[in-house]
Amino acid sequence: MPRVYINHLYWEAAQKLSRRRLVVICFGVIAVYVLVALLGVFNLLPDYQTRVATGYEAPSFELAKLLGTDIFGRSVLYKILAGTKTAMLIGVLVTSISVPIGVILGALAGYYGGFVDVGIVWLYTVISSVPYILMVIAISYVIGKGLIAICLAMGLLGWVGLCRLIRSEVLKTRNLEYVAAARVIGANDFQIIFSHILPNVVHLAIISASLQILGAIKSEVILTFLGVGIQDGASWGSMISDATGELVQGIWWPLAGVVFAMFLIIYALNVVSDALRDALDPKLRGTTEVADGESQVGVKEAVVQKA
Amino acid sequence: MMVGYIIRRLLYIIPTILGVAVLVFVLFTVAGEDPVRVALGQHATPQAIADLEALWGLDQPLWKQFLDFLGQIVTFDYGESYFTGEVLSEAFASGALVSLSLTLPPFMLGLVLNIAIAMMIAYYRETWIDRFSTATAVISMSFSYLVYIIAMQYFLAYELEWFPINGYAPGWDSIPYLVLPWLIIILVSIGPDVRIYRTIFLNEMQANYVRTARAKGVSERSVLFVHILKNAMIPILTFTIVAVPFLILGSFLMERFFSIPGLGDLMITAINNGDFPVLKGMTMYITITYALFNLLTDLLIAAVDPRVKLN
Repeated sequence: MPRVYINHLYWEAAQKLSRRRLVVICFGVIAVYVLVALLGVFNLLPDYQTRVATGYEAPSFELAKLLGTDIFGRSVLYKILAGTKTAMLIGVLVTSISVPIGVILGALAGYYGGFVDVGIVWLYTVISSVPYILMVIAISYVIGKGLIAICLAMGLLGWVGLCRLIRSEVLKTRNLEYVAAARVIGANDFQIIFSHILPNVVHLAIISASLQILGAIKSEVILTFLGVGIQDGASWGSMISDATGELVQGIWWPLAGVVFAMFLIIYALNVVSDALRDALDPKLRGTTEVADGESQVGVKEAVVQKA
Repeated sequence: MMVGYIIRRLLYIIPTILGVAVLVFVLFTVAGEDPVRVALGQHATPQAIADLEALWGLDQPLWKQFLDFLGQIVTFDYGESYFTGEVLSEAFASGALVSLSLTLPPFMLGLVLNIAIAMMIAYYRETWIDRFSTATAVISMSFSYLVYIIAMQYFLAYELEWFPINGYAPGWDSIPYLVLPWLIIILVSIGPDVRIYRTIFLNEMQANYVRTARAKGVSERSVLFVHILKNAMIPILTFTIVAVPFLILGSFLMERFFSIPGLGDLMITAINNGDFPVLKGMTMYITITYALFNLLTDLLIAAVDPRVKLN
């Protein structure tokens, strides 16, 4: 497909998205979370470990106490902001590991077929047979529990769905006439894959990336809650874990704050990934074929169990 | 031909099992933490370490340990737990039963309920009912699973005292403890499942046979219930059956929150203790069930859909 035509496709998609108010608002929400995460990365967020008041103070109209304080008198709001950094970081790291692996292996399997295909299909069958949580633990044993371990684990396991999808699309594309034409004029395999076939499937990677970020954020919370995720530093998962016991004592604000912060970003990502799917590939509407990171944690979460 | 296909597919499972075996062995035996150290602590005498290694067969060369592991896979006998000393095949069987009693009823009920809801939404497609339900589905999918568990456990069990907060009793006595987890599992499944089933129904509605049925004057209701439902069951089944092997594993979160002694709970405990025989055995069980169910799915689909040819 000529480049101009593909650019036109994305231009049209962008226009379609910008006409929907909810989608634009959700993009805004995501931008705010990204900004908070960037501030966190450059250490510009207020320190959540400083005491701002006495323990368990209810919310009041003062920035640090907007969401009340925790047992040690630390600001819940600041903790949530620090947790936002962790969550967004994990989302981005996981996606930047899994999406390239999925695209490259999927393209190789679909294009070359034969032994390459058999090998890659075998690899993802093996990987998807090992329970996700076990893989996280195993990787933690090797490199130590923490952020890097869960990112690596989620990244190394999260590419299977995308790989499958890209593989089947490339299988369909490689026999089309324009690919044959490219071969006739002397294009080599590398050129055919990267400049003729991949541009036609790259929208799948975009849709998958938005779902992966969402899945990674949800997964981190659950893994941390189960005690195998983030060990130190602020995380929504450890906040929820603490807040469960506090709820019985009538301390509702830490939980309410975290739940709202999580809901907002996950909802925004859900809306945006749906909109991306509709705009870029109407065929896929409403399907979950594109890798859903979360479905791996709780092992097929979408259907039975989210843990 | 059918038998030949099944045999061929069963043979294909072998390389997968070998791959998983190598992966699990490398992760837990070669790279993993030393279980002897975990069991004996920092200040164990060299003699005690050597004794325990000999007892668990860890003094053998790696290739020998791997062959033993392969032997265990073939015989389905994974030895005993390092920590509780339980025979694993028995622990797995009783744990799987508990996990199934937790996950199977809501799986079945949820399937029927969600198909019914999705059909209703598809019937009222492009009206406010459709728009409202679809928007609600996205909102419900945006809360973490943890939120549902914490909220339902707090309000229904702690505040209203309708259900026990947690706990378990063997046999039929377990039902009072299981009702709340069942409710939560069903509730969480509604959003994502209804959305997918709705899409499947809407896709079917555009098919030619639907137009034919309408053209010859079949009522919209019977188009939906007679013609579309039958055809939509194929993609719905494909989507659903892959989840069945994981039902055996139970739900890590549910079992943790409600203290239900299923396989998920067994696995988390094994993870915390570095109990590698449990982890290795469980992974292999899941791999094999998963592969068998994939085969079963393909056979079922070929049975109900004459367009599909097995090869």
